[in-house]
Formats: sequence, structure tokens, C-alpha cells
Amino acid sequence: MAGTAASGAQLESEAAAAQPEVLIAGRGITKRFGSVVANDDVSVELRPGRILALLGENGAGKSTLVNVLFGLHRPDAGQVVIADEEVELSSPHDAIARGVGMVHQHFQLVPPMSVVRNIVLGAEPRKLGMIDVAQARRRVLDLADRFGLHVDPDAAVEDLPVGAQQRVEILKALYRDARVLIADEPTAVLTPQETDHLLDVLRGLTDQGVGIVFITHKLREVMAAADDIVVLREGRVVGTTTPAETSEAALAELMVGRAVDLHGDRFESGATGVGSAVSMATADDGDAVAEPADAMEVVLEIEALCADDDRGQRAVDELSLSVRAGEIVGVAGVEGNGQRELVEAITGLRHAASGTVSISDRDASGARPRQVTVIGVGHIPEDRAKHGLIGSYSVADNSVLNRYFRPPFAAGGMLRRDRITSHARDVVATFDVRTPSVELTADSLSGGNKQKLIVGREFSDDIDLLIAAQPTRGIDIGAIEFIWRRIRERRDEGTAVLLVSAELDEVLALSDRVAVMYEGRIVATVDPRTATREEIGLLMAGATPAASSS
Amino acid sequence: MPLASVVLGLVLGAVLIAVQGHSVLSAYGALVLGGAGDADAVLRTLQKATPLIFGGLAVAFAFKAGLFNIGGQGQLLVGAAFAAGVGFGIDGLPLVVHLPLALLVGGIAGAAWGAIAGVLKATSGAHEVIVTIMLNFVAGNLTDWLAANPWQDRSGSNIIARTPLVEPSAEIPTWGWLPAGFLLAMIAAFACWFILERTTYGFEVRSVGANRHAARYAGISVGWIMASTMAVAGLLAGLGGAIESLGVDGRFEAGVNVGLGFEGITIALLARTNPIAVIPAGLLVGLMEAGAAKMQFESGVAPEIIDVIQALILLFVAAPMIVRWLMRLRDADDRRLTLGAGWGR
Repeated sequence: MAGTAASGAQLESEAAAAQPEVLIAGRGITKRFGSVVANDDVSVELRPGRILALLGENGAGKSTLVNVLFGLHRPDAGQVVIADEEVELSSPHDAIARGVGMVHQHFQLVPPMSVVRNIVLGAEPRKLGMIDVAQARRRVLDLADRFGLHVDPDAAVEDLPVGAQQRVEILKALYRDARVLIADEPTAVLTPQETDHLLDVLRGLTDQGVGIVFITHKLREVMAAADDIVVLREGRVVGTTTPAETSEAALAELMVGRAVDLHGDRFESGATGVGSAVSMATADDGDAVAEPADAMEVVLEIEALCADDDRGQRAVDELSLSVRAGEIVGVAGVEGNGQRELVEAITGLRHAASGTVSISDRDASGARPRQVTVIGVGHIPEDRAKHGLIGSYSVADNSVLNRYFRPPFAAGGMLRRDRITSHARDVVATFDVRTPSVELTADSLSGGNKQKLIVGREFSDDIDLLIAAQPTRGIDIGAIEFIWRRIRERRDEGTAVLLVSAELDEVLALSDRVAVMYEGRIVATVDPRTATREEIGLLMAGATPAASSS
Repeated sequence: MPLASVVLGLVLGAVLIAVQGHSVLSAYGALVLGGAGDADAVLRTLQKATPLIFGGLAVAFAFKAGLFNIGGQGQLLVGAAFAAGVGFGIDGLPLVVHLPLALLVGGIAGAAWGAIAGVLKATSGAHEVIVTIMLNFVAGNLTDWLAANPWQDRSGSNIIARTPLVEPSAEIPTWGWLPAGFLLAMIAAFACWFILERTTYGFEVRSVGANRHAARYAGISVGWIMASTMAVAGLLAGLGGAIESLGVDGRFEAGVNVGLGFEGITIALLARTNPIAVIPAGLLVGLMEAGAAKMQFESGVAPEIIDVIQALILLFVAAPMIVRWLMRLRDADDRRLTLGAGWGR
């Protein structure tokens, strides 16, 4: 971001005289959690009056980075700079004292208290040892006026819509004289209208010299609001650019895993960058583009499915899709476009709002997870720690986690330990799970071995449909290749496979058909042998199939 | 670690005894003699240990599903009262019918009491700690009322809030130094272990306790497991109360069993929620309580020192466990990172 300084107009604002050159910066930030490197030598810089967008998928390290900047985490290496000064932050208080405010994704408000009280909480103006409510109210109103953040000062926070609660959060930071506002996915909870309003508000703040760091994975917002864009992937900065120099399609490519030349060169296969490791695995495998399978009967039929996310926002919107036996259908899309909710709605982990799902000609709408399993569905869940395994259970118990209740693993309500153990040994041997004993806990396995255990479990049953969500996330190339091969074998044996992955390479390598998902809908279905990454990138960014602008 | 805590508790107890100017050796000697010195002492210890074991199991079993059952007291009280009700209220039944029936009714009363908290947790998310604590008060007042009004002993000039003595056909026998109720407690502990480790139901209970999300993925009905686990926990505590009425007191009397259910928490933590380990934990505390009187008689040490030692043991055992348990809750909310940083890690 070797950038031009803020424009002259911005420098003329009231605080210009005392304006530092750099509001906040991370220099070479590295942060590890155990063996996971969440941030690897990350450098970002925010100048006065500018909006810096941190773009990246879930797990790319965005939140870790801002938590470091806000003093919630201490970096293992690198420096935090606030107002041109290298600082050592031991807690968020240090950051707040230096004029850094944070708007958390989950609001830090006291719901029954009034707006004014929430804003002044912890920094109340006092008179004779009591809160000077009148003064507090006046100061809040002044602030709201100055920044155009309109909200009823006397309303209880719990009665306000989400957008207004967020304005209270922003006012809270401004009340503490924040010159830097860090917003963690501020638009994730907002409706489109509230989002537009928020972007206006942020823009207004920068006119007064406030700098803003905001986290998102929504490309449209980045292009609309940001001055500077930093794209993170797997804990590293993979791109630093500005909206003028890039496009939504290029940003999508960057996020999902290929280094892209932002100056207009064509995308070549085998390009260097983070994604190339995966490409190499494909090449090793010998058939990067899967053979199209013979068209057979439809196994999974989804019609007009609607489902809401955890916040009650529509995440899957009238989605229809079918998968035939012996076919891999890959769902490509920027994460957060409803893929998770789609998978959960099919597998019974989430209630569908409407629509139908039928599996092997049986109605599976509203089925419970157990019923879906019994119909003959294998499910490799997106989050292996949360859903896929019980870490404190043995490898053996995990190898029957969703099938413990039926023969041969159980009889008359009793577990048959010997059968479970021998089954676990089979899975471990067949799927190359490296563990000294099946009696060790699943937590003792490495990520790749955990994933192979899950895949082995789901494949060891007689299934007609496999739903694989992010089946190779965060595992090494050897394990990726192994799992890819197994999925292809399963397809060739006639299993229908629905693959959902944020890795475009993975979707392209495995799929017979690629369905591109955007904002809860399948916007296009393309043939991976003929479609270019550029086309798919555009579709992932929400362009209509007909439009082609670059 | 629990063993170390016991030793530490006894050592600090010894210091307190010595500070008061008493002989530690004679005090602890009398304590052991009073709890295990002869057949009567052993009987006392086993009788004391029985409700402690049941109460400990009631906490330990619920804990396996990730639930903190603070309601052992209430579950025990309704079990004790309703078992006594059946015990004195029906006569003419042979022992093989009457006693099991009284035990069963006591257990079912406890199970129903426990299930209330489980069902509320499953359907509305009401926290089981709050609900069970409140139900303890309800149970206390309900059983006091039963003992003082409809079920009060009207014989002679009795003005105490207690039921009549149960019929002989509902009394739990005692063979020499061995109360039959203690055998039931042992059976219950092994049954809990067997259910948890060997049955599909136990697999479901432990899955819900270990990882609720994965349990749901595995097709387990988390709500049903919560509700049924609390019912089983209540059943255990209720049986403990029933045995107290039918085997020790011979009746239900208001205020007599107060506090007994809470000691189950001590026992469960001391046993680290392992059902089999609940037996020795219950015996240890039972012995201390059984021997306290002799200790006071022989060496002049106030029996309250036993409560102090118990509290110290619990403190050493429980503090790290409770802390860890709370941390696990935070984990579930994905707030660990914030928490870790907030506490300076």
C-alpha cells in the first residue's frame, strides 16, 4: 500500500494539524495458535481519512489480524503502530486509550439499557459521584449530529433494529475519541438497505479524518466503499490493491486461491501462487478434468429450497439442484453465499424454510440427521472439529459416530466393542489414518488424519449420496490427493456426489458439473472442461452469465 | 489428584485440631474407630454412605451429558417423601411387593422432579442450574407440607411434621453390619457405569456431553438426551431418598434430610464423575460423618471440623474442575480467544 497520502481535501479537516501520517499499521505480524499459523508476516497500513478493506475467506486470518491491532492478541512477531508510534498493546484498553475503536460482529451492548447509557458506559460523565445523565445525553446527541449517526438516545437498545444497534456501537467508539474504527464484518448482520446506509456513514466518518479498517468477504462492498484493499488468504497477504486497479472477478480469484496478476494478464494454468500447490496435486493425479460419468437416475433432487442462516437472514433462496448417480456436482462460490446453509438443510442439521429435498426418490424434506443417514447419505461436514468428530472420543468410537446404533455395531441397545474396534481398524488401514492405536483419542490425530478418518467413516457405509463440504480444508497435499481419489472412485462406483468447496481448484478438478452459487442461488451451471476460471470468477462475484465485462 | 486433595484436606484439618490444643492422633484415631471400629460403626458408615453415593451418581450421570445437576436435594426429598407415603399408606402387602413398590414410587418421584429441569432445558434452553436450584425450594416446601398436613403422623400427641412409621413390609432390611440399601447403591453405581460405557444410550449421553454439535450430526436427539438424562439423575437421587426413609429413618420427617442432596455434588466431584469411583468417595465421606460423634466424645474436637475438612477437600478437588467446566462452556460459545486474552493468558 505504498500509497499516496490522503487527499488534500481530507487533510483540511479540523484535525489536520495534529494528523499523524499512519493511523494504525501492522508490520510483519505473525500470530500462531498452537501449530496453526493464523497470521504469517502480515503487513497492513491505514492512513487518515481512508477506508481499508480486509478481504478474505473465513479462516484467512482477518479477525486475528484486527484482534492483534486492537490488543486482544499479542503477536508472536511483528509490530503494531498506532499514530506513527510503535506500541506494545497488552489489552484492548491500551488500544482504546490510543484512539482505536472496534465494532465487533457480535455487539457488545447491554440490551435493556438506553442508548445513552450504553454509549457512556465505563466512561460516564459524573456529577457528585452520580452519572450526569443530562450531560451524557447532550454529548451523545452532539456526536450523533456531527457524524450523522441518527439514533433515539432514550430508546432501550434491545428495542432497536440491528442497524441502529450498530450505530450505537460506532457512537460508543467515537465517544471515546476513536480516530481509527475497526469493524469486524459489520455488514454480515445487515439487510442490503442497512448495508448501504452503513457504507455512507463510514464514508462520512472518513471526511472527518477517521480511518476505518473493515473486514468483509463481500466483494461488492469492497468495491463500493474501500480506498485500499488487502486480500488475505491462509494467513498471508496475497494482494494489496485499490478498487480502481481491480475488479470483483479478480478479487474473487485472489480470495479463492490463485495468485492473480492484477494488471490484466490472462490467467494461465500452472500460475505461481498459493493455489498452485493444489494444481500440482491435480496434475499428479493424471486427470485434472474428471471423465464425465454416464448419466444415471437422479439421486438428489432439490426444489425451490429456502433456508435461513443463524441470524434469520435468508441464506438459501429458492434453490433448485439435482445430482445424478455416478456424477460429481461441484458447488463453487465465495464463502458465505449460502453453501453452509444448503448443506445443513439437506442433511437435516438446519430447518428448511420451504422447498423440497428428495433423496433416492424419498421425500427428505425436514428429515432429521438420523433419517438422512439411514436413507443412505454420507456427509463429510465442513467443520470437522465441530460436527465431524468428538475429539475426546477414541478413533474407534469416532469411526462409528453416526452409525453406532445399528448392526453390526450394536445389538439390543448394547454396543459391540469388538465389532467397533475391528471396523475402526479396517477404516484406519483402508484410509491410511496414521495412528498407533484406534483407542487413542481423535484429538491426537493430525488434521489430515482426522479428515481421512471422517471420509473413511462416511465411505465405509453403503451410501447412494455423498455430501462433501470442504472435504480437504486445511490438510496437506498428500491427504488432499488421497481424498480426491477416493471421491472419484466412489463416483465411478455409482454414488452421487455433491461437493461444496471454497477452493475453485478443487471444484474444477473433481466435478462433472459446476454449479455456481451466489447469494443463496445457483446462478449458473457450467461444464468444468470448457469454462474458464475467469468466467467462473465473474459468476461467483455475482455477474449474470450473459454479462462479460473484462 | 482427588487422593492428594483428601490428604491435603486431612493435613489442614490436623493443623486446625492441633491449633485448638487437641491431639491429632487421638482425634483421627477416634474418627476411624467411630466409622469402622466395630460392626455398629461399619453399619453407620454404610448407612451414611448410601444416600451420598446415590446423590453422587445423580450429579455424575447428568454431568456426562454436560448438565450440572444441582437439584439432587429436591429430587432426594420428593423420593424420600413419596416412598414413605407408600410405605405407611398401604398395608397388607407382602414385603416382596410393598418394598419394591415404595422404592419405585420414590425413584419415579425423583425422576419426574429431575425431568422437569431436563425438559425445560431441552425445550426452552432454561439453564438447568437455575431450574434445579429453584426446584429444590419447591421440593423442600412441598415435602414439608406433606409431612405437616395430609401425611402427618396423628398418633398420640405428635406435633412434629413427620409421617407415621412405614409398615414393616416396606422396611429395607439390615443384615448385621450390612444395610441392604448400601447394596442397592453399589448396584446403582455399576449400572450407571454399564449404561454409560456399554449401551448405545450411554454413547448418546456421552456424545451430547462431549460435543453437542457432533452429537446432532450423529443423529442423536440432543433434547431427548438432556431430558432423559435429568430423569435418570432424578431417579438416582430419588432412590437415595427412598432408602433413607425406608431403611434408616423409617419415616419421612421434615427437615431431616436437608443438605444430604447437596453432598452428592461433593461426592461426584471427588469421584471426578466416574460412577464406580463414587462408591469409595461416598464411603470416605460417610466414614467421616459416622465417626465424627466418637471423635468429639473421645478427644473433644467439635464435629464441625469434619465439615471443614470436607469443604477443604472439595475446594481442592473442585476448584480446578469447576474452572475447567466453565472454560468448556466458553469454548462452546467460541469465546475462548477473547476470554484468554481478557485474562492476560
